[in-house]
Amino acid sequence: MGGGKNPRPFLKMHRTLKFLFSLLCGIFSVLAVQAQDAAIREKLSHAILAEGAEQPKLVGELSDTGSKIVREVLVAWTRDNVFLYDADTVKIPVLLEDQTDADGKARAIRIDNGKFLLDDKKQELRFAPTELTSADTDAALRTVIQQTLDSLALADPDPDARENAVLKLGNSKKLKNIPVLQARLAKENDLTVRRNINEAIAMLQLGDPDPKVQVAALQQLAALKSIGSLDMVKSLAESKTAAPEIVKAAKLSAETIGEHIAAVNFFGTIFRGLSLGSILLVVTLGLAITFGLMGIINMAHGEMIAVGAYTTYVVQNLFGSGFAFSINLPFSFFGHPLGFGLHLPGMNSTGWFYETYFIFALPLSFLMAALAGLALERSVIRFLYRRPLESLLATWGVSLVMQQLFRMVFGANNVQVSSPRWLQGHFTLNDVLLGYNRVFVIGFAVLIVIGTWMLLTKTPLGLLIRAVMQNRDMASCMGVRTARVNMMTFAFGSGLAGLAGAFLSQIGNVGPSLGQSYIVDSFMTVVVGGVGSIVGTVYAAVGIGTSDQVLQQVTGSPVTGKIVVLVCIILFLQWKPGGLFSIRSRSLD
Amino acid sequence: MRLFSKWELIAVGAAVLLMLVVLPCLNAFTLESSWLHVSNFTITVYGKYLCYAMLAISVDLLWGYTGLLSLGQALFFALGGYMLGMYLMRMIGDLGQYHQPIPDFLVFLGWSTLPAFWKPFGSFPFAMFMAVLLPGTLAGIFGYLAFRSRIRGVYFSILTQALTYAACLLFFRNSLLLGGNNGFTDFKFILGHDTREPATQRGLFIVTGIALLLVYLVCKWLTTTKFGKVQRAIRDSENRVMFSGYSTANFKLFIFVLASVIASLAGVLYVPQVGIINPSEMAPDKSLEAVVWVAVGGRGTLIGPILGAFAVNAMKSWATRAYPDMWLIFLGTMFILVTVFMPKGIVGLPAQLRDVYKKLTARKMKVEPAPVAANGEEPLPAKSE
Repeated sequence: MGGGKNPRPFLKMHRTLKFLFSLLCGIFSVLAVQAQDAAIREKLSHAILAEGAEQPKLVGELSDTGSKIVREVLVAWTRDNVFLYDADTVKIPVLLEDQTDADGKARAIRIDNGKFLLDDKKQELRFAPTELTSADTDAALRTVIQQTLDSLALADPDPDARENAVLKLGNSKKLKNIPVLQARLAKENDLTVRRNINEAIAMLQLGDPDPKVQVAALQQLAALKSIGSLDMVKSLAESKTAAPEIVKAAKLSAETIGEHIAAVNFFGTIFRGLSLGSILLVVTLGLAITFGLMGIINMAHGEMIAVGAYTTYVVQNLFGSGFAFSINLPFSFFGHPLGFGLHLPGMNSTGWFYETYFIFALPLSFLMAALAGLALERSVIRFLYRRPLESLLATWGVSLVMQQLFRMVFGANNVQVSSPRWLQGHFTLNDVLLGYNRVFVIGFAVLIVIGTWMLLTKTPLGLLIRAVMQNRDMASCMGVRTARVNMMTFAFGSGLAGLAGAFLSQIGNVGPSLGQSYIVDSFMTVVVGGVGSIVGTVYAAVGIGTSDQVLQQVTGSPVTGKIVVLVCIILFLQWKPGGLFSIRSRSLD
Repeated sequence: MRLFSKWELIAVGAAVLLMLVVLPCLNAFTLESSWLHVSNFTITVYGKYLCYAMLAISVDLLWGYTGLLSLGQALFFALGGYMLGMYLMRMIGDLGQYHQPIPDFLVFLGWSTLPAFWKPFGSFPFAMFMAVLLPGTLAGIFGYLAFRSRIRGVYFSILTQALTYAACLLFFRNSLLLGGNNGFTDFKFILGHDTREPATQRGLFIVTGIALLLVYLVCKWLTTTKFGKVQRAIRDSENRVMFSGYSTANFKLFIFVLASVIASLAGVLYVPQVGIINPSEMAPDKSLEAVVWVAVGGRGTLIGPILGAFAVNAMKSWATRAYPDMWLIFLGTMFILVTVFMPKGIVGLPAQLRDVYKKLTARKMKVEPAPVAANGEEPLPAKSE
């Protein structure tokens, strides 16, 4: 910001006013809605009580209200669930509540004002459905009601609901639905829904008796790249009875749509490959630091991932019903069985607060994995800096111990980690399905890469890390406390693995051997990228992830794809033994 | 140069006598009630350990003597096992559950005739030939590619691990027609003998013992020749050997192929004794376990791997029964401690203790702080940086 001390009073006041204004608008609109509701209810009860030709007309008038109440009552009406209560002089239309008492009786809701039906003593009246006469309907009325319901759904305030309604009408193959859709199209503002309405109209027009309309519809469908209509278009293209110009147009359209589907599949695969590559990248980045920069082969890296995933699980439970475990050791001490346990009470939160658990879990999983890494570095790895092959063996021992500990604390089965609601679901971009969690992991990976790069190149610690990794002895001679830098670097690398674990918990299973499934892939990724090169790791992870997905599609089996990738990697290393970005050096080994 | 010192000769002789003569005799000629009796179960278990010892020697030949830490030896072990397993499956004949002339799992997959590549495996010599040829060829191709592009040290380890991982995934597939997930089991006959008979098991035990002895002697001889010296020179400083005019890649390739064949033979002997072979035998973990045996026993010696294979597996057998939940923790902890504090394994322990004792007494005399024992040893031959 500009650095001025002025708090900009005008802007502040402006904001306050804006807020007050919107608040007022809110209040008025609530009042307005209530008034509107009352009017609609009046109309409804009027329509139910009406007689003869007037009734369908009244029902038809309800179609542009867009109200939930209308839909509810009309659906009930067609199912004979709208009842008429005979008051002394007038009839009152009512609905019965779903909830019944011991005698099978339920309270009655008045349709004209939405309140419970009362007797003279202001007591709530209760009825069984058989005690009342239902408002009857005939075939003509039902048709009108169905049309009204359809157009009501088309006017639903929720665009998703509107889309569904459009889709339903589009597949109905009834030409009389076209005017309904066209009426809606005139009012519709949402671009996606407009497109869907056009698609639905064109799909309906395929059944039009006029060949010119049919050809136009086919061209329209091709222009819209409508995947949903492919089956219809294909059946027209193969039809023997249709006019030749229609068959020709249908073939053209089917081809265009087919091309579009191929493109959608292609981009979908690329997207999944990208997200897989991002997962691989997040998993591998920690390894690129501990293995690539430090030369430590940490076979327990996978378990650091599991630490992060289990931390997420524990945080989730702390936001929920709490977390407890107990371990009984198979030894005893003078007859007392040994064991230990822990009980952490939960906050029993619900709703949006519970959904935020993941935000807290992210830094915590980084922290826990970093601490585990710190302990590992101090206890085992610092003895092995000059013996990299042996670091591989010792850390494998660590990984065995940690896996068993996970089994004892969390059980041998997978644990349940539920995604927060804001990571579920997806959106579509030009028919390509993009899952929120996958989009999130891609963004997350980009952030982590940028963060790591900044840390390594722009901070004093990064400078020390690079110095120690390039030449430990020389750095030590220059007064760098190498032991400390080693410790920090290893903890940072492990923490990144923990972050990866937190994310993996959102898209896969969390179990004791979670890390094992990633460890071989991650090492390969680092080697392909060029040991010691973060940039190389990024390219390698994205490349391997994408080619893995593409090969899975091509070969039709995940295992074959994986094997082909591994063989390709071995062959690739023939061509570039140092990986994509090998660091040039004059030293021999 | 003499092959054995006096003490070595006595120790090896005693072990051979115990394994090849005493144990089988006690199994065959004593009554079951006698305290001297060795049960059939013990014979099978020890036979298994002997196979593991052979596998461990193959790991040591690469790691301890040449400095190539291969994490894929279990692949060759399992390949050998599969080759003999195919022969054993053919020998079941129509005694399987479906009473068909082809193996049960093929019936299950909908085959009615034998696939072409299964046909020659009815012959034992062919199966043995393949058990040498297939792992040897695979090791030859992989080794040629790896050593040609000078992949060494850690990268070699990771690549071999990836190789065995890929093979493991491949063998899990049913479409490979090698039994998929379940592999081969339910063997009935080997060379006309019933595999479930104690006498057959005893015979297999003796054959395994002799094979191990032969492998031991060959490796002992090889490591004392000039070839063995070059081998160790490669381990200690590959570049100097190269500058001296040796083609190190060829030396390494030869050792890699030899080790793969030894591992494969171990697998061949393993399968009829254990009675099952499946893809989990070639999982990356199994190779690492074999490396553990060598590390615990002491690498760079030939007696070490045998000791290690016996010690670790005996402990595993005991711990899995006594503390089923804890044994992975035992194994892991032991592994960490051995790598960090006992880099020369059991074999190097006496010398290490002697050093510690010397340092302690020296400190008493000079009264100066001694360095920590764990960090005090000289830098190890394994490559650093």
